[in-house]
Amino acid sequence: MKKVIMGNHALSYGAMLSRAQVIAAYPITPQTQVVELLSEMCADGTLNAKFIKVESEHSAMAACLGASLAGARTFTATSAQGLALMHEMLHWASGGRMPVVMGNINRAMAPGWSIWADQNDSLSERDTGWIQFYCASNQEVLDTVIQAFKVSEKLMIPSMIVLDAFALSHTYEVVEIPDQAKVDQFLPPFNPPWRLTPDDPHAFGGLTSPDHYMELRYKLQKDMEKVPALVEETGKEYEQLFGRYLGQVEEYLCADADLVFVTSGTAGYTARVAVDELREKGIKAGNLRIKLFRPFPFERVRAVLSRVPKVAVLDRNISYGHHGIFYQEVKSAMYGQPVSPLIFGFIAGLGGRDITRDSFKEIAEYTLSKNKAEEEIVWIGVKK
Amino acid sequence: MIEIRFHGRGGQGTVVASKILADALAKEGNYVQAYPEFGVERRGAPVFAFIRIDNKPIYDKSKIYNPDHVVVVDPTLVEAIDVTEGLKDGGFIIINSNNPPEHFKFPSKFRVFTIDATEIAVKHKLGTLAAPIVNTAITGAVIKILNLTRLESLVAAIREGITIKPEDNVKAAVEAYERA
Repeated sequence: MKKVIMGNHALSYGAMLSRAQVIAAYPITPQTQVVELLSEMCADGTLNAKFIKVESEHSAMAACLGASLAGARTFTATSAQGLALMHEMLHWASGGRMPVVMGNINRAMAPGWSIWADQNDSLSERDTGWIQFYCASNQEVLDTVIQAFKVSEKLMIPSMIVLDAFALSHTYEVVEIPDQAKVDQFLPPFNPPWRLTPDDPHAFGGLTSPDHYMELRYKLQKDMEKVPALVEETGKEYEQLFGRYLGQVEEYLCADADLVFVTSGTAGYTARVAVDELREKGIKAGNLRIKLFRPFPFERVRAVLSRVPKVAVLDRNISYGHHGIFYQEVKSAMYGQPVSPLIFGFIAGLGGRDITRDSFKEIAEYTLSKNKAEEEIVWIGVKK
Repeated sequence: MIEIRFHGRGGQGTVVASKILADALAKEGNYVQAYPEFGVERRGAPVFAFIRIDNKPIYDKSKIYNPDHVVVVDPTLVEAIDVTEGLKDGGFIIINSNNPPEHFKFPSKFRVFTIDATEIAVKHKLGTLAAPIVNTAITGAVIKILNLTRLESLVAAIREGITIKPEDNVKAAVEAYERA
């Protein structure tokens, strides 16, 4: 069934179709409608889940963790300051191997107070041990929630579904709502290898001596390394059932490109239109949209970029004192490769400033006219 | 691709109008993208809503700067702001007004059309006399003037999307469609 829904509700439908059993959340703009709709679904019986009202995001995640440990499929959603308040609990989720799935609406961090899109909130949680997916359409948001539960529960690692404030969260698009029976076929009930229950008592999260801690982290890393292959496998399985492939990256006209944009989020879709327009003018551009950010899709990124002369990485974020974060990641992925492109780093769209087709044309012009950037960070659309 | 910008005031249902239009267009297999102004809205203050329509998937996620047409839900906005900003030559300016199009002094490169959606809304008792809800009537006129979709699709979208007085809203949309 096709419906015209906003990105926030795509998250809600994704959680509903995944048959989430516990939802604990605290409202924050621009995430609010995600949990509004889920609370309605819980109230009217559409979704057979326990909705737990809490007083903060820290408590929201804590409630999700307790429920996950008890063996329930759990979901929550937040944005920006709310995500930051969860920070401690994010480590608990991954370290404790609790496969919570969370939507995060990318919103710039305050101050200055902002409700607009920027990736610094989720990227500040890069090293918390969560899988991170960056989406470009409402359809992809809904589909990825379902896929994320499957990946997370298989490896017992939590997942974050990331979407841009307003450009997805409040934008209505046509979305195919999958059939529940087929979703059930794809995603069986959560059956964890261990759970918190009086019938089989265990201690969780206890003091871990130097004799044991490092092995827990080694295992988490080893399981993280399995994510890319599992995303490919479940993405193909999803495609067989629903006709839509869900991969680690989306490659658009990269094979013969002289210049490839590396993008994420909605900018990764606008870039495709810019690529079409540049090609009409005889410029062979391409676009590599990174969807899976953690773990980083090294193999796919290397496979595409090692055959390209020039790469322009667009970041809607910044690591102060360093560079754009995707730029760092791409450079690190290409380091030591037998063939490596010239890589340029651009920062645009902070705090919700629009990223347009013209932004990409400016980036293309800069990249194609130079063999080295004048400065490590090239700012697009900044009033200096 | 067709891009339309709606101008209204907070509380008039401008965003709902764009959503209803998106629903109606999607029923006929179109790809649509509808969004409100990115930010905070206040009752009575000028608000915007936008819609992109195409027969293929819409990848452009940036904002609309050069709409093909504009719809002015509140005629007092014509004096308050430049509703033609970025409007493409030959574009329609559809205004909710009881004045004839000649009343509005726009450059001749634009096509002006007026529809008295307020009168239609009041007649069908939508909202109050002081604050009539004109959005469904406006959509009836818009689909006719811009030849966007069949009336049946709009009627179905209103029945599904409007929970308060759906049938009166349908009547308002049909009347505006017939008058336009």
